[in-house]
Amino acid sequence: MVKKHVEVGTTAVAMAMRQINPDVVAAYPITPQTAIVQTFSQYVADGKVNTEFITVESEHSAMSACVGAAAAGTRVMTATSSAGLALMWEILSVASGLRMPITMINVNRALSAPINIHCDHSDSMGARDSGWIQIYSENSQEAYDNVIQAVRIAESEEVRLPVMVMLDGFIISHGIEEFKTLEDDEVRNFIGENKPKYSLLDIREPVTHGPLQLFDYYFETKRQQADAIYKSRSVIEEVSRQYEKLSGRSQPIIEKYFTDDAELMIIVLSSTAGTAKSVVNELRKDGLKVGLIKPRLFRPFPYFELAEALKNVKAVAVLDRSCSFGAQGGPLYIEIRSALYELVQKPLIKNYIYGLGGRDISLENIRSVYSDLEKIVKTGRVEKPVSYLGVRK
Amino acid sequence: MKNVKKGWKEIPIGGVILEAGNASNYNTGDWRSQRPIWDEEKCIHCLLCYVYCPDASIDMEEEKMIGINYFYCKGCGICADICPKDAIELIPETKAIEAETKISERSG
Repeated sequence: MVKKHVEVGTTAVAMAMRQINPDVVAAYPITPQTAIVQTFSQYVADGKVNTEFITVESEHSAMSACVGAAAAGTRVMTATSSAGLALMWEILSVASGLRMPITMINVNRALSAPINIHCDHSDSMGARDSGWIQIYSENSQEAYDNVIQAVRIAESEEVRLPVMVMLDGFIISHGIEEFKTLEDDEVRNFIGENKPKYSLLDIREPVTHGPLQLFDYYFETKRQQADAIYKSRSVIEEVSRQYEKLSGRSQPIIEKYFTDDAELMIIVLSSTAGTAKSVVNELRKDGLKVGLIKPRLFRPFPYFELAEALKNVKAVAVLDRSCSFGAQGGPLYIEIRSALYELVQKPLIKNYIYGLGGRDISLENIRSVYSDLEKIVKTGRVEKPVSYLGVRK
Repeated sequence: MKNVKKGWKEIPIGGVILEAGNASNYNTGDWRSQRPIWDEEKCIHCLLCYVYCPDASIDMEEEKMIGINYFYCKGCGICADICPKDAIELIPETKAIEAETKISERSG
């Protein structure tokens, strides 16, 4: 039976965590993630889950405790934001390097300085090379769905990697929306039993986690890790297919919105895709051939799917909610530009950095992007490859 | 003992070690740039080298030193330094290898 709820995004995530009923959650509060673990800790206190909830003194310790608990063979979850994710930095690559199937929710928030609590993607984009799978959610429903799927993806035999699920700070985390949940049994059957690969607590098969590997084996271990995240693409697709059967909700690796005949395309992650969709609806009524692509995955990056989807497009605008200082553009733009390299006929491409520190992105902003693309197509060239959308002059 | 290193598809994930006590298979001797040479005639078997060796590279039998285990010896030189009879001399590993190659060429 489908249950409908009207709650904030953090509650949607906490509800998914309750249904997953992880063995261990180790977390430290940080805005805007706090409400997730706060709500979840209430479930622990009320006996609604069997989770061992570990309160720690920092996010560095939170992730360290998660790694230890995962090495012990338990099902582990945590949540963080911004500076918290930054403080985990050292242990993020330990988690992925040791192949620990941890599920973490990162509520996107700008990095300091200046200190700011609102949404941008600088935190998770800064962690894009940490070896974690990264899944971005447009709304509370997708956050709920992605968290449940993340557990299956992380623990699958072919993958065994940590997964980070993103949702936009405040916009989604503290915005009230309608979402649907599955039954507890459905979730538990879907994620299945946790089958640890090398449990530290299995005394019949002793194992050492985390030994030194120098120039003789480190490279082979990293080569294996590169293979695992590459192969995770097909697992993620299969998990999505099975989840769709259960929930009726389709979540492809890249969501295509009016793309079939689109000549002008916007590519954007997370909640801004929702704003852009309403502009697409509006401009389509005026007969403009506009479309939108929302990648759900950033790691592994869906470069093949994007190149395929963009091969007949005239002009593309990539919207980045973070800055890669000193780079040729934002992280999403750089990846997409690279994905297009093999195409014989490449679309014109432009990058917009937008929404830093929670700066609102309006319908008018999105309209201006499509009208820029129209001009680019008319003149046949991109004058400024990178623009800052919504910043004061 | 020659270590054959495995390819990336053959090793367990995450660098885990599945075999207890497998450090004994680790050829730390290939880190060595200086090789200790033991002079059996000068040796009084005081075994200070055995006590001081930070690895397990002094081979013994019935409370007497019988040689140096070059599979483990990293060439730190503590044994040569501590020896009261100068029965252990450090020579550059490259020279030791050159000498070995000449011997094997002659006998081959």
